[in-house]
Amino acid sequence: MYETLGTFHLSPFQVRILQKRRQMKRPQCLKLVERGDFKMSDYAVIKGASYILVHTPDMILHNGTTQTMERLANPKSEYLKQIPNHLRSFDEVVSYPPNQVYIGNNKPEELHNFEKPWFDKKIENANRYGKFGEIMPQDEFLALIKMVDVFDLVLLEKSFTNLVRKNINTHSLMTDDLKARLKDGEEIAVIEKFIKEQKAEALYHNSKLVGCVKRAHEIDVNLNAHVIHENLISKASGVLAFLNLIEKNDIDVNSIDYVIECSEEACGDMNQRGGGNFAKAIAEMGGAVNATGSDLRAFCAAPAHALIDAASLVKAGTFKNVVIVAGGAVAKLGMNGKDHVKKDLPILEDVLGGFAVLVSENDGINPIVRTDLVGSHKVGTGSSPQAVMTALISDPLDKGGLMITDVDKYSVEMQNPDITKPAGAGDVPESNYKMIAALGVKRKELERKDIATFAKEHGMPGWAPTQGHIPSGVPYIGHAIDALVNGEIDRTMIVGKGSLFLARMTNQFDGVSVIIEKNVIGSDDKATGISEDEVKKMIAEAMRNFASHLLEG
Amino acid sequence: MDLENQKRVKDLVEKHGEENVIVLLGAAEAEASGLAAETVTNGDPTFAGPLAGVQLGLRVYHVVEEQFKGEVDGDIYEDQIGMMEMVLDVDEIVSEMTEIRNEFCKFND
Repeated sequence: MYETLGTFHLSPFQVRILQKRRQMKRPQCLKLVERGDFKMSDYAVIKGASYILVHTPDMILHNGTTQTMERLANPKSEYLKQIPNHLRSFDEVVSYPPNQVYIGNNKPEELHNFEKPWFDKKIENANRYGKFGEIMPQDEFLALIKMVDVFDLVLLEKSFTNLVRKNINTHSLMTDDLKARLKDGEEIAVIEKFIKEQKAEALYHNSKLVGCVKRAHEIDVNLNAHVIHENLISKASGVLAFLNLIEKNDIDVNSIDYVIECSEEACGDMNQRGGGNFAKAIAEMGGAVNATGSDLRAFCAAPAHALIDAASLVKAGTFKNVVIVAGGAVAKLGMNGKDHVKKDLPILEDVLGGFAVLVSENDGINPIVRTDLVGSHKVGTGSSPQAVMTALISDPLDKGGLMITDVDKYSVEMQNPDITKPAGAGDVPESNYKMIAALGVKRKELERKDIATFAKEHGMPGWAPTQGHIPSGVPYIGHAIDALVNGEIDRTMIVGKGSLFLARMTNQFDGVSVIIEKNVIGSDDKATGISEDEVKKMIAEAMRNFASHLLEG
Repeated sequence: MDLENQKRVKDLVEKHGEENVIVLLGAAEAEASGLAAETVTNGDPTFAGPLAGVQLGLRVYHVVEEQFKGEVDGDIYEDQIGMMEMVLDVDEIVSEMTEIRNEFCKFND
């Protein structure tokens, strides 16, 4: 197991570092070992992940901004008339290959088995429930919005409530407390009155009015029906992801002590527009009685920021079990709908997305979050793609003395190309992989000819819905846990990017990245029978030998 | 080209004159580059922004085109754009940009 370099004995791990140092001429690598920063037991691990989708066809027309803007600008628009002919059924959404990858029933690589585009392909006998989560139909979700509303702002019609109650009662994740929150339905006349007289936001199912979301204040625009509707949808889909995380990973919900919510909505009132806090609201509904939490915002980069923050909190010992969670963005439904309809495709942005990840103390099994190998787009980095990629990809590699090819899989912006290509935005993951490969060429770690094949070897086809924060780096975490624990890969990098300039507060771009590795405490060390203390002793002995040689010399 | 940028281009032209403004694009593919180039020469083809029906005919280049590349420091170019040059379909972009300039640019230099 040991290779001799002169009189200095090094473990294979150290040899690797030394080789990299020589190769890259970056002397900091060996210093890291000497400082003890490679003590694997300190790193936080990713214990589980959940992914959910919600099929919301009626919300495309009534709540997606592309459609609501069109209705304001051009109420008799041909596009609006055509929308009903371009909606998918729930079964079509469930059997759509990228959606099955998202909820964990198929691996990302399996998408290579389907010729692009995928919108007309299906997975036979597809299940709405998956290894990581589920795809929920609209009627159940409307009930869930009602169930997570603690201010009686959501009204659902009587007969609709009775119909959907049957499904809710048989759903394995719905606790008695949640079921009771559905309450009795309301007369349709009352709902219509709230919509007509108090600008309540209408809720539709199969083009039929079935409920409404009332305003929470007469004047405050931050509590009007539109904002409350958007926020309750984010909360409800976040709760669904949270419940799936607990259930699918057999987690004791009482052990969760902190929640970081990282969606793209903001809740507050006229005195504090984004006061918060979705995190605690979701934790409450998920029954995490021992948790507090806070909201983190960074546009699409927020989940990657949240992952790094969660792992750092655990590594520091501040909290033991931190959940990061995000619900979906209703405004983004049908965002590229005009292009999809123009090209006679179904409107593919017909689902809300959500996810949750549990970061915990090192258990010796699950993959570790290398919080020392982080990349960040700094204020002074600049916004050219080259500068961005260097900051996000090169920096974490350099900190670890790694090469571009040492990362088995890069999880970048994993947008589904079925959605983006017809809209002229290209294949986003593929573009990212080309840029990483080009960076590899500049670093002299890849040949120029390798750019073409890099995506296949170190990347994946995109499968995530274009919900902003949802596709950004995090969709792979669930699959990565499996691949890292099963030994299919050793290392992955999660990369999140965000367009901060959209908020008009800065022209800055943003992004962070972090490396996730196989847990070597549970595998390598045990397999070879060498404990961490023994490694320390060996290093000490090697140092003594080295010192004695110097004295002799 | 979004409405805000169209307005910026229009304001700059009003301030400095058409002959004194060059537009540089960094779009990731040919079709998008062509659309932006058309906007600052023949006007907004979607008729949605401030440049709808406004034919500025400006000089417009993509940063991977030789006309721009030849004017700047090679090291800095390599540092800032070299990587993207490897990734982008330069030939397609050049062809699209040349076509738009030939058709709509007011300046034949």
